[in-house]
Amino acid sequence: MAYVAIADRDHVLHDPQTFIRKYIWSQDHKVIAIQYAITAISIGLVALAMSVLMRLQLGFPNTFSLIAPHNYYQFITMHGMIMVIYLLTALFLGGFGNYLIPLMCGARDMVFPYMNMLSYWVYLLAVLVLVAAFFVPGGPTGAGWTLYPPQSVLPGTPGATWGIVLMLLSLGIFIVAFTMGGLNYVTTVLQARCRGMTLMRMPLSVWGIFMATVLGLLAFPALLVGAVMMTLDCLLGTSFFLPAVISMGQPPTHNGGSPLLFQHLFWFFGHPEVYIVALPAFGIVSDLLSTHARRHIFGYRMMVWAILAIGCLSFVVWAHHMYVSGMNPYFGFFFATTTLIIAVPTAIKVYNWVLTLWRGDIHFTVPMLFAIGFIFTFVNGGLTGLFLGNVTVDVPLSATYFVVGHFHMVMGVSPILVVFGAIYHWYPKITGRMLNDTLGRIHFWLTFLGTYAIYLPMHYLGILGVPRRYYAFAGTTFIPPSAHWANVGITVSALFVAAVQLVFLFNLIRSLSRGKPAGSNPWRATTLEWQTPDTPPKHGNWGPKLPVVYRWAYDYSVPGAKEDFIPQNQPPGDQTPAGQPEEHVPPTGHGVPV
Amino acid sequence: MSLTVAFVALLTGVVVWALLARRLIAKPWETPGTMDASQGDNATGFPSAKIGLWILLAVITSLFGLFISAYWMRMEHGHGDWNPIPIPHVLWLNTTALILSSAGMQIARAAVKGAHPDRVKVALIAAGLLALAFLAGQLLAWQQLNASGYFVTGNPATAFFYLLTGAHGLHLLGGLIVWARTVARMVRAGVEPIDVRLSVELCTVYWHYLLLVWLVLFAVLLST
Repeated sequence: MAYVAIADRDHVLHDPQTFIRKYIWSQDHKVIAIQYAITAISIGLVALAMSVLMRLQLGFPNTFSLIAPHNYYQFITMHGMIMVIYLLTALFLGGFGNYLIPLMCGARDMVFPYMNMLSYWVYLLAVLVLVAAFFVPGGPTGAGWTLYPPQSVLPGTPGATWGIVLMLLSLGIFIVAFTMGGLNYVTTVLQARCRGMTLMRMPLSVWGIFMATVLGLLAFPALLVGAVMMTLDCLLGTSFFLPAVISMGQPPTHNGGSPLLFQHLFWFFGHPEVYIVALPAFGIVSDLLSTHARRHIFGYRMMVWAILAIGCLSFVVWAHHMYVSGMNPYFGFFFATTTLIIAVPTAIKVYNWVLTLWRGDIHFTVPMLFAIGFIFTFVNGGLTGLFLGNVTVDVPLSATYFVVGHFHMVMGVSPILVVFGAIYHWYPKITGRMLNDTLGRIHFWLTFLGTYAIYLPMHYLGILGVPRRYYAFAGTTFIPPSAHWANVGITVSALFVAAVQLVFLFNLIRSLSRGKPAGSNPWRATTLEWQTPDTPPKHGNWGPKLPVVYRWAYDYSVPGAKEDFIPQNQPPGDQTPAGQPEEHVPPTGHGVPV
Repeated sequence: MSLTVAFVALLTGVVVWALLARRLIAKPWETPGTMDASQGDNATGFPSAKIGLWILLAVITSLFGLFISAYWMRMEHGHGDWNPIPIPHVLWLNTTALILSSAGMQIARAAVKGAHPDRVKVALIAAGLLALAFLAGQLLAWQQLNASGYFVTGNPATAFFYLLTGAHGLHLLGGLIVWARTVARMVRAGVEPIDVRLSVELCTVYWHYLLLVWLVLFAVLLST
């Protein structure tokens, strides 16, 4: 039987033999990563379909009658919750985290493989419970993804009986799944790095995923506390969040609860959640830019520190989501200040990405296009964030489409562009075949420009004062015709962009069998996952011997080196002096020595 | 209140930062070559299970910290609907049981190091039974409150009492599952204390931690 011994374990790592052990109940981090990714993308497509239906309603309110008003609220809720938690969080941490951490750190697997497997199956259960809400009386909850009480549990809101309970239950299950996965990711980064892989030699992808996991582990409990207490309010009739409300003429069943308390708990989770999605994207995009510009990442240490600083600061900005909740103005002032402070490390990262490109040998590959597209989109979305971070500007804009445009740019489109870039980048390692380049370029340009056609007009709508969360605007005289035309344009663009994603799915499936064979290192990258003996890597990743790391992850275009990249596991020799990135390094061609 | 939470969070960040700072100022591009300080598979020098447990404890700390914050904030926001409840006297007895249980774990851990298999067995089983007694006592306290008309729906102080004790009890129950597995392994023939050393150690850390959580919760419940 084939086996490989792991350094500090006396038992051996048996290769799974049967189909079920290999692909279904698998403990291999690569298989679990793919399971996570497929589940997350599938449920994400459901959320995409819901946004298409909502856009049809908003763009052509009198033409289509596909959805009723209560469906609109249910779809808006499920769309938000699925995209933020069940797609982006699960895909970045469960998908990319699982695949990349052991490979990039030079480990054979996660340190707790059984728990890792359990994490996926519990996540799948959470998704199934979420979907089950569509099939119960009353349908899923329509409370908005923030689930604010009291309206989320009062009659009149869609799904106020069954839907909300299933949503809270699903969130609870998701948090259990995430905690099991998260313990694995953090412990693996701390424990299972190969020899020579110091913390400061880790690729930024690992740093981003690591810090995002730490944030998730500390922030998700806030959501759990909120979910448990709201479930008790719904089912047992406690009054944690529910004040006395006379609803539909009935005498109040609750008394004295604090809706504001739920908002604090929700956003104490909700704001770190933004960075749980953003930090892995920051890390991955740094690696994409460096690899495809053949240049070391500019200011590596500053990038790591910025990731840590953003992580810490993200816990002290939550109340900027609550400026309109009627809280004390001094309170708002404190949170406006911390919000503007968090822009500093974020801006450092943007400068460093741009400076990485400066004098680089830029290859406009598909992953690179997505990475550069990310920089543009993130800057656009981030700048409107500076407006909304200030109390006086936020108050009039908070209930308008300006906010919708802002957060879709900054935490919708930006991370998704990175997801696409990362899939184009690592697909050759995962499957052994390249994705089709032409289809990739078509996918990039149409998606990139299409999303601007969707979200830029929303800022205009917001400044006009068009309120968000509305099913239709019939009979509203203050909304000018230009806003209706903008809505038509947005809907057409949204349909178009959604359709373009079919090109991507087609490419993914077709390239599995028809793609060009990739070889082990098609991008000529330095990081460890490209140095595996097999592509795709086999169970145990490294064959009989673990790799040893001799250098950082960014030795591109090192003067005097034979090639324009030096893998992390290449020992220092006469031919390959150490990289000296602080000196002026002229760009080199494809592996031409300077 | 929220501002206090914010400042505590910020302070924690600064402390973590200071602890890590020395490792984070390395200039990775300057020093090619292996660095033996970071060995494969076990970079920190502790067993992975132990690191995993400590991270789990951080998660649980966050959970209970937020429960307690919610407790205080609900008290402030409620505009006078908060009626403190009489704390059942049985809780003092329960607390004693939990302290003894924790002590039993500590004795078992010491006995593992001293390789006294019988003492490990006795101490370990006693510790678990005391923890079960604690849980039974908590249920009794629930029953007493219920019998004297303090229902979960009655008033936020009562609801929080059930919520906090329930959350703590569930965590202890999780610990008891690991304890049961350890005991099952321990009583099997031919198993030396050294074989269960890590499990006993992890149980002990978890038990002390849950005792600490309980003491904090009890203090919060008594003080309001």
